Amino acid sequence: MGIPGFVQTLFADYTLRQVALGAAMLGIVNGVLGSFAVLRKQSLLGDGISHAALPGIALAFLLTGSKSSLTLLLGAAAAGWVGTLLIMSIVNHTRVKYDSALGLVLSVFFGFGLVLLTYIQKLPVATQAGLDKFLFGQAATLLRKDVATIAVLGGIVVAFLLVFWKEFKLVSFDPDFAFSLGYPVRALDVLLTTLLVIAIVIGLQTVGVVLMSAMVVAPAAAARQWTDRLGVMVAVSGIFGALAGVGGALVSSSASRIPTGPTIVLCASAVVLFSLLLAPNRGLAWGYFREQINRRQLQTEAVLGDLYILARQHREAGHGHPVEVLRTMAHGHGGVDRSLKVLQERGLVEETGPGEWALTPPGMEEAGRLSRQWRETP
Amino acid sequence: MTAPQIEIQLIASAVAVSCALPGCFLILRRMAMMSDAISHSILVGIAVGFFLIRDLASPLLVLSAALTGVLTVSLVELLTRTKRVREDAAIGLIFPALFSIGVILISRYAGDVHLDVDAVLLGELAFAPFNRLVVLGVDIGPKGLYLMAGILLLNLLFILAFYKELKLATFDAGLAGALGFSPVAIHYGLMTIVSITAVGAFDAVGSVLVVALMIAPPATAYLITDRLSSLLAASSLIGVICAVSGYWVAHALDVSIAGSMASMTGVFFVATFLAAPDRGLVSIVLRRARQRVEFAQTMLLVHLYNHEGLPGVERENHMDHLGEHLRWEPDFAGRIVGAAERKGSISRDGALLLLTERGRETARQAMVM
Repeated sequence: MGIPGFVQTLFADYTLRQVALGAAMLGIVNGVLGSFAVLRKQSLLGDGISHAALPGIALAFLLTGSKSSLTLLLGAAAAGWVGTLLIMSIVNHTRVKYDSALGLVLSVFFGFGLVLLTYIQKLPVATQAGLDKFLFGQAATLLRKDVATIAVLGGIVVAFLLVFWKEFKLVSFDPDFAFSLGYPVRALDVLLTTLLVIAIVIGLQTVGVVLMSAMVVAPAAAARQWTDRLGVMVAVSGIFGALAGVGGALVSSSASRIPTGPTIVLCASAVVLFSLLLAPNRGLAWGYFREQINRRQLQTEAVLGDLYILARQHREAGHGHPVEVLRTMAHGHGGVDRSLKVLQERGLVEETGPGEWALTPPGMEEAGRLSRQWRETP
Repeated sequence: MTAPQIEIQLIASAVAVSCALPGCFLILRRMAMMSDAISHSILVGIAVGFFLIRDLASPLLVLSAALTGVLTVSLVELLTRTKRVREDAAIGLIFPALFSIGVILISRYAGDVHLDVDAVLLGELAFAPFNRLVVLGVDIGPKGLYLMAGILLLNLLFILAFYKELKLATFDAGLAGALGFSPVAIHYGLMTIVSITAVGAFDAVGSVLVVALMIAPPATAYLITDRLSSLLAASSLIGVICAVSGYWVAHALDVSIAGSMASMTGVFFVATFLAAPDRGLVSIVLRRARQRVEFAQTMLLVHLYNHEGLPGVERENHMDHLGEHLRWEPDFAGRIVGAAERKGSISRDGALLLLTERGRETARQAMVM
């Protein structure tokens, strides 16, 4: 199936449209909230929250007997929130560090969630099937109702973010300054974390508990490469999240036995890789090229300088010097032949005999200028 | 207790101790989340190794998975070194990607064999006794037990052999480097141990619960001890207690053994968090309350001492004046006066408060200090 066929299917197939819509929305919400998490050095908090949500899902089912996504999501959000508070209070009240507290809460909550899930599986009411889709996510099970839930909750989260934009920005970059201005830093902190919890929870059905954290980190980390402005980063991150969500959901629904969560995560990872390598300014590829260009220029100038030194030791202008001498003078830095070629093209050196090189009069002038410049540079 | 039950508890205990030992160093080096990353990404190694070897019991599988663990660590470091993302974000990018590849490989190509994602993630200790090691036709016990005992031995040897180096690199990496112990070598040695342990344990308890056993018992022990050697011993002991009690809880409720073990580690942590001597929440609250009363008593004595024998002493050292002068609620003032009286620091003449010789001495000491 080519791309046009794919797009055609997307618009024709009702289920696929639901799935793509749901995945896109949760991608946007998580990309947007993830930007703050990544900037606040809380990249792994998402991992903690999503794992901690598992017992909440199971408890919500046990207590209400309902499998409606709203009930389960409320349970998940409550558990995720409790987990986050627990992490904070462990860090505040004991000498256990943040990373240990996070790992502890994550794994213990998840373990408790497994206990509850296995308990539910053994209940005589055999309607529990489907809770384990929360482990790895199943976009194909998204119903119209679920998509509506995602849209409403996601909309609320984004609306809150816009209303408190200035405050969140301040708290994220300079909490001390925010405190000195009289902002309720702790309350804002809790509010932002709560929004993150909701953002994560709405993705659990599609992406799954285990991998949801990547949806928080990856789009934001990718967006960070493209800009230094928060507003742009949040917007770009939302777009990346949507791309990853739609891409992953479509690929996984197009073939059998491809779980949705991992596919979405791989799409997001591809976006990250692309951004890390090719984003303007911060892209690693550009950095590599810049370094190569600088290195070559330095090598070329060094060869020119070496020829200048040799020329000043010989009375007659245009006396050729063997390329081996130049290689020795370059201390094995290489690039001598390439440099000579470049200099020859610029008319600064000439080949006086086989493998013998000398400065031309303009080369002499240029080398003299360079050597004065080097001497003046401290 | 039946033989399989004993075997399960033995395997669980071996897993718990094997995890707790390197876990101590992880939490001290603030690398706890690395165990999460490693225990997830070894799935790729297991999947790829399985496609190459086609045998789930092969030791080569352990090797390829352990290599993936070390690969994860180096990828995280590579990504952090580019300075484009922070270390926590790097962890959060690398392991989900690797884990996703593993999940897709397995669910796409290995659906029919005994290698499914749930088993890897959740583990099933209950089946461990069925997988027997038979040597020369004699059944000598479950394979899992030998595997974990081997890993436990390896971890013990590693920590005993490099105890000094590990300790130094953990608490003062700069000094370790200056003295010529390569912190990088120690780091990778530890990460290799963590990877091997995670691979061995995943079969028994599943990858997420490896994290619980690596972090929770050492974190619990960390609340009650200040010595590295006792941290190692205490966390091993706590790990074994969690494993055994977790097994019996699971047995009673007929639920996931691994999940129940992880829940027990949480229960023990919370109990210690609340009740630990000195650092527990309860003893902190009690100590603060005691200190508050002691401090208030000293203030009272100093106040009385300052006005003793001066004009206006009847007014200043009057019981009802304390609320105004020290800003105490009448209730609180009554409690403090009562406590000071019981201690023999003051006596009462109607509502007038008089210092005893002992109270005067305490006030003088407090003021000199």
